[in-house]
Amino acid sequence: MSEPTAHGHGEPHVSNRTYVLIAVVLAVITAVEVMVFYIEALSPLLVPILLTLSASKFLLVVGFFMHLKYDGPMLRGLFAGPLAVAAAIILGMMALFGVFTG
Amino acid sequence: MSQNAAMDHHYTSTGIPHRKLLMWTFIGSECMLFGSLITGYLVYRGRSLVGPYPIDLLNIPFITVTTFVLLMSSLAMVLALSAVQRGRKGQARLWLAATAILGLIFLGGQVYEFSHFVHEGLGLTRNMFSATFFLLTGTHGAHVAIGVVWLSSLLVQSFRGKLGPEKAEIVEVAGLYWHFVDVVWIVLFTVIYLLVEA
Amino acid sequence: MTSATMSQTHDAAGAGAAHDGHDDHAYWSGGPMSWITTVDHKRIGVMYFVSAFVFFLVGGLEALLIRAQLGSPENTVLSADLYNQLFTMHGTTMVFLALMPLSAAFFNFIIPLQIGARDVAFPRLNAFSFWVFLFGGLLLNASFLFGGAPDAGWFGYANLTSTQYSTGMRVDFWVFGLQVLGVSSIAASLNFIVTIINLRAPGLKFMRLPTFTWMTLITSFLLILAFPAITVGLVMLMFDRTFGTGFFNPAMGGDVLLWQHLFWIFGHPEVYILILPAFGIISEVIPTFSRKTLFGYPFIIYSGILIAFLGFGVWAHHMFAVGLGPIANSVFSAATMLIAIPTGVKIFNWIATMWGGKLRLDSPLLFAVGFVAMFIIGGLSGVMHSSPPTDLQQTDTYFVVAHFHYVLFGGSMFALFAGIYYWFPKVTGRLMSEALAKTHFWIMFIGFNLTFFPMHWLGMHGLPRRTFTYQAGLGFEAMNLMATVGSFILGGSMLIFVWNLLRSTRKGRVAGPNPWAAPTLEWSLPSPPPHYNYRTIPTIEHRDPLWREGGEALDPEATGAPEPVMPSPSLWPIGLAAAIVIGAVGGLTQSLPVVLAGGALIFVCVFGWAFQPLER
Repeated sequence: MSEPTAHGHGEPHVSNRTYVLIAVVLAVITAVEVMVFYIEALSPLLVPILLTLSASKFLLVVGFFMHLKYDGPMLRGLFAGPLAVAAAIILGMMALFGVFTG
Repeated sequence: MSQNAAMDHHYTSTGIPHRKLLMWTFIGSECMLFGSLITGYLVYRGRSLVGPYPIDLLNIPFITVTTFVLLMSSLAMVLALSAVQRGRKGQARLWLAATAILGLIFLGGQVYEFSHFVHEGLGLTRNMFSATFFLLTGTHGAHVAIGVVWLSSLLVQSFRGKLGPEKAEIVEVAGLYWHFVDVVWIVLFTVIYLLVEA
Repeated sequence: MTSATMSQTHDAAGAGAAHDGHDDHAYWSGGPMSWITTVDHKRIGVMYFVSAFVFFLVGGLEALLIRAQLGSPENTVLSADLYNQLFTMHGTTMVFLALMPLSAAFFNFIIPLQIGARDVAFPRLNAFSFWVFLFGGLLLNASFLFGGAPDAGWFGYANLTSTQYSTGMRVDFWVFGLQVLGVSSIAASLNFIVTIINLRAPGLKFMRLPTFTWMTLITSFLLILAFPAITVGLVMLMFDRTFGTGFFNPAMGGDVLLWQHLFWIFGHPEVYILILPAFGIISEVIPTFSRKTLFGYPFIIYSGILIAFLGFGVWAHHMFAVGLGPIANSVFSAATMLIAIPTGVKIFNWIATMWGGKLRLDSPLLFAVGFVAMFIIGGLSGVMHSSPPTDLQQTDTYFVVAHFHYVLFGGSMFALFAGIYYWFPKVTGRLMSEALAKTHFWIMFIGFNLTFFPMHWLGMHGLPRRTFTYQAGLGFEAMNLMATVGSFILGGSMLIFVWNLLRSTRKGRVAGPNPWAAPTLEWSLPSPPPHYNYRTIPTIEHRDPLWREGGEALDPEATGAPEPVMPSPSLWPIGLAAAIVIGAVGGLTQSLPVVLAGGALIFVCVFGWAFQPLER
């Protein structure tokens, strides 16, 4: 089981340069998302593309800004577990309300 | 692990500070809160009996700007934490203030958006879109507002000289909250605005 | 079974002044103000117990009124309107104000002791949780004085709760009362998760944690994940009622089913929130009184986790009668049947623990065995509901009432009584009367079965639930009368219990640290424990530390370590709780000034709290 793991809290793991870089990537992805939204040719693939881009932003913020990439299995589990339950319930409810079948 | 270590008030079994663990657990609960709200929004998508409909109202360029503002506030937040950890008081104040102000700009954008919608005839009770949209984005906005108050109180503490590196943990915890609110917006921006039903 | 009482009582050599009538240093000494401002988990546990038990008696009286009405056909003890209020408040009270907080009383008192901690991770947050619970419970019950209690069922199905069908403030009391209680539950659960993960004594690895601690941890996760769903549902309902939105109004494009889904996404995990602490208590009591280590400890733990996890995927089995379609029904049906597996595993583990053990049939074991038997009946009738065609025959009949009372009274309440008799000596330093306890058990056991077993037949014969009367000549008379007589016997057994409780608090035999020769850490402390629990935090080498060599040497008082500094009392927790309830009162009376006053007070209290040091 997850017993004491090394947590040098108070020690910055990530340099400010990395933070700025992540922010630039986030801004660029947001710009791409909006471009995809306006490009007619991509509209059949709109949902998968946007969900992928959104998920990558999500992971960048959670992984770097919230340090989860550097934290142990305990904190990752505490976030990933509830997130998975929430996602499953959203999808299940959408299926039950016929959102996918129309 | 000696018994003396156990006597220490900062001792924890996992090495993770209590407050940080509390915040992550709370964030797990918040996932379900926003999950339920998003569920409400999605199952009622396209069920409005009368207009105005989302496609008539949602202003993508405008909301892209406020989304950008909120993303940059997360950058300011990590820079603030980094400054507090390194004991750089001036920088800490600068970035804390920047985070709070960017949050306020986002909120201002939301107030503008809401009043614009109401002006266009989309009162809270108008249709299913109005009810689910205002409830979901309003709950998110309330979270941003609480975050702004929290950050402001940290800023005041910093000016009173009470936010040294030993207090980095409370800034970190506030930061986790702030980033989570940002992460929720990343989802909402896609789900509500970019995936608006035609 | 000889009445093997406390012959194995540890010699009270190390037991200090607190045991012989000098209560000056006990955790409970001090005036009313010291209780209002307390942050001691033991006092908070006691306050949880007393408040929840009073609510339990109130809910029980409501049940007796219901049974009095149903004792004979076309009876007029209650009007239909009052009957609706009473069954709504009976369900709401028993779930939110009795069973959950009774479990919380055990979490509070026992968990820090079991894991070798001096208090919970956030003592003031803990006090806050209690006061919010108490004020929320009072708010809910205040409805009786202001135009009638909620009357739309504990499930509050839309559109019974719409302004069209529920005028006045009855449903608003329910909406705001539950919302306030949710704050309490979530705050408490966050606290216990952090406490259990982070305040385990050195060496107390996860797989050495007592089973009760494990079940508390799982229950707390269920709470923080389940409650937000009903929070959102209640906010939507509040919007519908206060502002006129149409979340649950089909005329506006809404859907009454969304409420049912949100309610049961919360409501089904809620069932496990009510039963998992009971599993925990039983898994402590059975090994202690069988003089045998729990059989298959890892299976008990993993089964609990699996039950909790599956619990989020079965909510729609409460909604088979809605007509969700064959695919949805099959999926939820299969998932529900799966839950029988880990539950069955636990039952086999308890039986295997007793098998070949040296059973001492003291009252805790008596109630524990009663639990296992009654819970099997409730579990079997429950798994019948997992099949949609069968469920359709049983939906909204007394068969369902029989089922969930076997689970929640025959299950949870029997286990909670086992826990009360088991831990009472630790809480008060005194033992409860065994003779009265056994009398209580048998009368309760007979009364319970007489009340609820006939309901299986009543349901099969088609008596609908939630209906205030029935006609003569339909064949319902005899069994309804039987159930009513049983319910009064059940009620009478509570008088014996209360008498035993009150009497033993003052006159019970002095218990000593470990009257049952139990294996877990809390029994290494004096009874009652000092306010700081452990002078020196022990190091744990084994799952059953007190049954191992050197277990006795755990006595933490002997080390001569200085008395630890404990968190100071604080008024902010009760202040913040009051502020939240003021805000809720403003919401339910739709008075903006009161809402704003509540909001301002919340602001003041949060900052007062944040800037008050924990130890002064």
